[in-house]
Amino acid sequence: MSRIGVFVCHCGENINRTVDCAGVAAALREHPGVVVATDYRYMCSDPGQQLIKKAIEDERLTGVVVCACSPHMHETTFRRAAGQAGLNPYVVEMANIREHCSWIHEDRRQATAKAIDIGRTIVEKVKHNKPLQTIRIPVTKRALVIGGGIAGIQAALDIADGGHEVVLVEKEASIGGHMSQLSETFPTLDCSQCILTPRMVEAYQHPRIKLYTWSEVEKVDGYIGNFTVTIRKKARSVDEDLCNGCGDCQAACPSRRVPNEFDAGLSTRPAIAVPFPQAVPNIPVLDREHCTLFKGRRKGLAKDACGKCKEACLKGAIDYDRDDTFASEEVGAIVVATGFTLYDIGRAQPAGLKGYGEYGYGEVPDVLDGLQFERLASASGPTGGEMLRPSDGAEPRTVVFVKCVGSRDPEKGMSYCSKICCMYTAKHTMLYKHKVPDGRAVVFYMDIRAAGKGYDEFSRRAIEEDGAEYIRGRVSRIFRDGDKVKVWGYDTLSDRQVVVDADMVVLATAVRPQPNIAELAQKLSVSYDQDGFLNEAHPKLRPVETNTAGVYLAGSCQAPRDIPESVAMAGATAAKVLGLFSADELERDPSVALVDERACIGCFNCERACPYGAIEHRDVCDMEGHVCGHVAFVNPGVCQGCGTCVAACPSKAVELAGFTDGQVYAEINALAGW
Amino acid sequence: MSDVSDRSIAQATGDGTTTADFEPRITAFVCNWCTYTGADLAGTSRLHMASNVRIIRLPCTGRIDHVFIVKAFERGADGVIVSGCHPADCHYTAGNYHARRRFGVFRELLSFMGVDPARLTFSWVSASEGAKWADVVNETVARVRDLGPFDAYHGLAGAATPADDPFAAYDLSGEGHPEDAPTPSAGDAS
Repeated sequence: MSRIGVFVCHCGENINRTVDCAGVAAALREHPGVVVATDYRYMCSDPGQQLIKKAIEDERLTGVVVCACSPHMHETTFRRAAGQAGLNPYVVEMANIREHCSWIHEDRRQATAKAIDIGRTIVEKVKHNKPLQTIRIPVTKRALVIGGGIAGIQAALDIADGGHEVVLVEKEASIGGHMSQLSETFPTLDCSQCILTPRMVEAYQHPRIKLYTWSEVEKVDGYIGNFTVTIRKKARSVDEDLCNGCGDCQAACPSRRVPNEFDAGLSTRPAIAVPFPQAVPNIPVLDREHCTLFKGRRKGLAKDACGKCKEACLKGAIDYDRDDTFASEEVGAIVVATGFTLYDIGRAQPAGLKGYGEYGYGEVPDVLDGLQFERLASASGPTGGEMLRPSDGAEPRTVVFVKCVGSRDPEKGMSYCSKICCMYTAKHTMLYKHKVPDGRAVVFYMDIRAAGKGYDEFSRRAIEEDGAEYIRGRVSRIFRDGDKVKVWGYDTLSDRQVVVDADMVVLATAVRPQPNIAELAQKLSVSYDQDGFLNEAHPKLRPVETNTAGVYLAGSCQAPRDIPESVAMAGATAAKVLGLFSADELERDPSVALVDERACIGCFNCERACPYGAIEHRDVCDMEGHVCGHVAFVNPGVCQGCGTCVAACPSKAVELAGFTDGQVYAEINALAGW
Repeated sequence: MSDVSDRSIAQATGDGTTTADFEPRITAFVCNWCTYTGADLAGTSRLHMASNVRIIRLPCTGRIDHVFIVKAFERGADGVIVSGCHPADCHYTAGNYHARRRFGVFRELLSFMGVDPARLTFSWVSASEGAKWADVVNETVARVRDLGPFDAYHGLAGAATPADDPFAAYDLSGEGHPEDAPTPSAGDAS
């Protein structure tokens, strides 16, 4: 016989404002099987939990229903409390009368009636709940870090320094990410490479970090503590063990007109190249798209059209015939640190986005994006750090900076703030003024968002000390006018049109997630928002975890982040990973499928339905021990509890613990006659 | 006036089943990871919506046996919502694809059984789409309100009608699924 306790939470005023909580408790007290029903202001607080524990002991409860917030919020809290009072945690369920009731309805009478229904439904479910035991699974104490920018490097170093092996996968030829392209960093103006490159080298040389560059994650199998990751090592055409980084191949390559990605297209490179002089590892990649030999092979030439790099390489490290290879790594946790890309402001755009054709990007050579300006200002950049514009190499006397290009513009498909642009534009004006002290730096802005330690002081310094002219308003058009770049804008503070004859224009374009992020998110079963940024498990309380256990987020893959935030997030993921690795076994939710062998007919529909390969075949023997058939068996370590097999089973031989047919029909029946 | 609008007016007012104070009862089967969380987001965003929907949480739309839906109609629901993760976004990789295939077939079966498929909403609502959930709820409630109450299946659940004995009608100790398959009654086909 069920003895169920119902505990209705006011959540301060959050629930009680629209739901008569005492009335809900009174109604449920009359419900068959309920022995105690009470309401309290904050059920999740210590006195609230004590109230539940006391009722469990005094009333010898067999089930508990907490009418409060979403189970995603506090199910764990209340199950733990019940466990402490000696009740099996899995006979505790939450009735969501906050998110699904009090917060979305205004009529108190209707909301109260609905809350009573929700409570009854869950009470009926709990009558069919069975005590379950948590599943214990072993943990592989190695971590995978995807992305070798500053966030990935920091996470890898922190985990490795904590004593565990790390596999670091980077899709480019070198680790370092966008930070390696920056000239100086706000708000201290220290040299980006000077602070980054030692960390790159440290990661490369760390005895517990295994580095895969020019590689991508192909496939992820398994679950927390037990992932198997397949890594695609893209064809580099250079043997990483033989190459000594001498650079002879690079010097010998005749195709020298390939746009240099590291310089954001402002310079050219050979088809075989190390991406930049400080690259880690210092091993070139042969770019098959631009290589003369591979172009010839694609055309079907009988004889190879080139081969100069192979001739030049004294180590014999170059191998044109090597294809992509695959490596498999066993890890227990995954940190995603794939970073960002800049919104391409040209006319051609992927679905859902619109370009800024009116800003002339890609058509007027002296219209740059922020990353191109970084390269122009950098000592390692195409001009050696001299401020010279791309079109004619002249020193620009007037530079216009336009903020919020794409960001905060729902019309272009991005309603969010890219966060870093206000600060880097202030920095850009300073870098420019320090190199051209008598030049004009004009900034068009919507707002100045300089929240952060030393940030507001920094942007004020750009205006007050370095003399950047800030104009509040938008730019309507940018076009070429002789050797000038004409900028038409509007000053909304003085309500007048502004026309600037600029020599160069820098557009602070929006921060976007990496273009193939959705594909990776699907491999990891991590959700993403409408802009493609990966979703954290809870925006406040679990900011670096995802809804997939064992997968964590660091840096700009989650939202636009600056360097200090990316590093802080990376440290936080490392703490989570090290916490996970501190135990030899971890406990798992026992909501897994179970086959009743007596009812199983051995059709294996479940096997075809299972996304995880958790279904195994088990022999059935006759009385003499001869195998006379097969039935399905669910491996509880592999099963993730989706229940797809349950719905696929024609003989109803599979049940999903926590969501059995009995429980669901009880809920449906409870809703009858409401 | 077009035929379509004439018909819809007739449906809303004509056959006497629709009353001014009719409040549809909608049962929603949603997955834990996308739509349930999306409905949570609608709550945290304080998006007001019709109060006619009762949610039953399941781990995945792949868990939904379509007998659940028949059962919900039998036990007094005027409409049913099934909602889960968008294609390719399933928390369990592929459960929603199984659900989608099943419902492609099930929808036809439903009309064969005499239930107007317009009473069943099948939608994708992700964890970030609180507003979409509110729309799904409001649209379904409005549509079912126009269709009027669904009474055809009442009484099929055995001796006790839901109104008489709402909670003890079923012995669920066995396989847990209804013994008498629901069949369309004669007067219900229109």
